[in-house]
Order: sequence, then C-alpha cells, then structure tokens
Amino acid sequence: MKARVHVFLKEGVLDPQGKAVASALQTLGFEEVLSVRQGKFFDIETSSLPKGANEERLKEYCKKLLANPVIENFKVEVIEP
Amino acid sequence: MKISVIEFPGSNCDHDAYEWPLRMFGKAPERVWYADRDLKRADLVIIPGGFSYGDYLRCGAMAARSPVMEEVVAHAKRGGYVIGICNGFQILCESGLLPGALLKNRTLTFLCLEVVLRCETTNAPFTASLRKGDLLRMPIAHGDGNYYCDEKTLRGLLDEERVAFRYVSPEGRVADEWNFNGSMDAIAGILSENRRVLGMMPHPERASEALLGSTDGAAILRSAAKAIDKNGKVEQNG
Repeated sequence: MKARVHVFLKEGVLDPQGKAVASALQTLGFEEVLSVRQGKFFDIETSSLPKGANEERLKEYCKKLLANPVIENFKVEVIEP
Repeated sequence: MKISVIEFPGSNCDHDAYEWPLRMFGKAPERVWYADRDLKRADLVIIPGGFSYGDYLRCGAMAARSPVMEEVVAHAKRGGYVIGICNGFQILCESGLLPGALLKNRTLTFLCLEVVLRCETTNAPFTASLRKGDLLRMPIAHGDGNYYCDEKTLRGLLDEERVAFRYVSPEGRVADEWNFNGSMDAIAGILSENRRVLGMMPHPERASEALLGSTDGAAILRSAAKAIDKNGKVEQNG
C-alpha cells in the first residue's frame, strides 16, 4: 500500500511556527493571508495488507506514534491499496 | 536509596544528572542504556535532558516508545519515583506518565537563561523539604518548553495541587514577561497523580553547586532522598 498521513495541530492549540509563517507571507506583500497553521505529512509504503485493513492500520500508526493526541489530529489517505 | 540515570541516544545532560547525586551524597547512580530493560533496582529514576533521537518527529516521542520506558512506566505504576528534566519532562508527557505536552517556545527561539521558580506545593517527595512560595533560581535550556494541556486537564492539575513549580519574577510574582516560553498558567513542572513522578523544564541538576551560580536545585534531590528513606524502598519487579 502507498499512503499519505497528515498530522496537524488541533484547533485552539497555539502554533507559533504557523504564526511566524503567516507574518512572513504578509511581509512579502501577500496581505490577504489571514492565518497559517503548520502541519506535517508522512508518505508511507507498506507490504500488502489484508483487504480492507489499510485505513485501520494507518490509524493505529497515528495513535501509537505519528500523532500526539493531546495536541494533534490526523487524517489518513490511501493512495494505492 | 538507589538512583538510576537513563541514557538515550542524544541525551546530553546524562553526565550532569549522574554527577548530581554523586556530588551531593558521594554515591554514584547507575547508568541505564535505553535499549536495556534493567533499571538496576532503582528507587528513583532520573530521565535527563538533551535531544533524544535528535528531537525527530516530536521532542521525546521516540524515546517514550523505547524499551527502557516500558520499564520506567511499570516502575512508576509500582509507586517508584521518577524525575524527568527538560527532555525528560517531554518524554514523560509523551509516555503518558504525565498529562499535557510541551510545544515550541512562543518566542520560536531556543531559550538558555536563568529563571526563577516558585514552589507551588510541598505535598510531594521532591518538594517536601521546601516551603510553599520558596523561590529557586536555576537555568532553562530548551526550544520546546511551552507547557500545554486542555482546560479539563488544567483544572484537574489545579484542583489536585499538582503544579509543582511556576515561572515567576525575581520577587515571586506570576507575570507574562517572566513566563519566557509561554507555558499555560506559567507552569514549569507538574506531578503525577500519586505525586511520585515529577516533570520539569528547568535544570535543578545544573544548579546544585556554588560554582554553577546557584545551589537551589539541590533541595529537590535532597527532598526526594529524604522522602524515599522515610517511605521505604520501592518494590522491585521480580
């Protein structure tokens, strides 16, 4: 399987990096920028899994390691089963 | 009392943590490598500062999932004592032994300076020899020390008096300009529910000798040693 997992800060959690990026964009003249939230993604390749197991498996990766549930949410996306 | 210091790849305060009890009590602690599972009969485990695993993924995330941390969690559940300093605090939060998380400093810079802490509770082995309101000077050195938790968790910490230390002004007042990293409620250190696990961003082990500019950090280890001697040895696994 090929997948992409997005991990991003929960709403309400302070994101000083995103804030700095937003203000840098504004400084560059992109005055329309209101806010930026910075996150990350992981491109993951695995050996094949039983049919229908992909998404659940990816969510387990997130819960066990890729995301910290105290501050982050995640979204999993299977690109190639 | 037996003390073990955990060493992860990327720890850089493990020697400071090792020297801390050695110089105070004249007895060397054990060193425990992260891939081992033997805590060497420790009553108190010190998780030192540094950049375990290069801070990859999130500060402390990888270390929290290493073999030795399973043993540290079991040790804590048996009533064992643990202090996590700086990266050690981040690891304790990532491992679930303490609630909340440490976010990037609000300054977006690495902060390396002396701070003043106020002791917020003496109901803990690490602070029992202090007085509530005591001010302690010691350094911070971190990029991600901005304590965060959700409101419900914060309320719990406050209700149970589990905030051990707050960042304050030299006069002992909580004020935004003295909360350098932007921590919620100026929190510098917190306790576990059973009060035997302490996580803190500032470095008491670097402030326990006159030569280092402050000896205020010594009180934390001395206090823990006294409490452990009084409460008896920690039950060991097997």
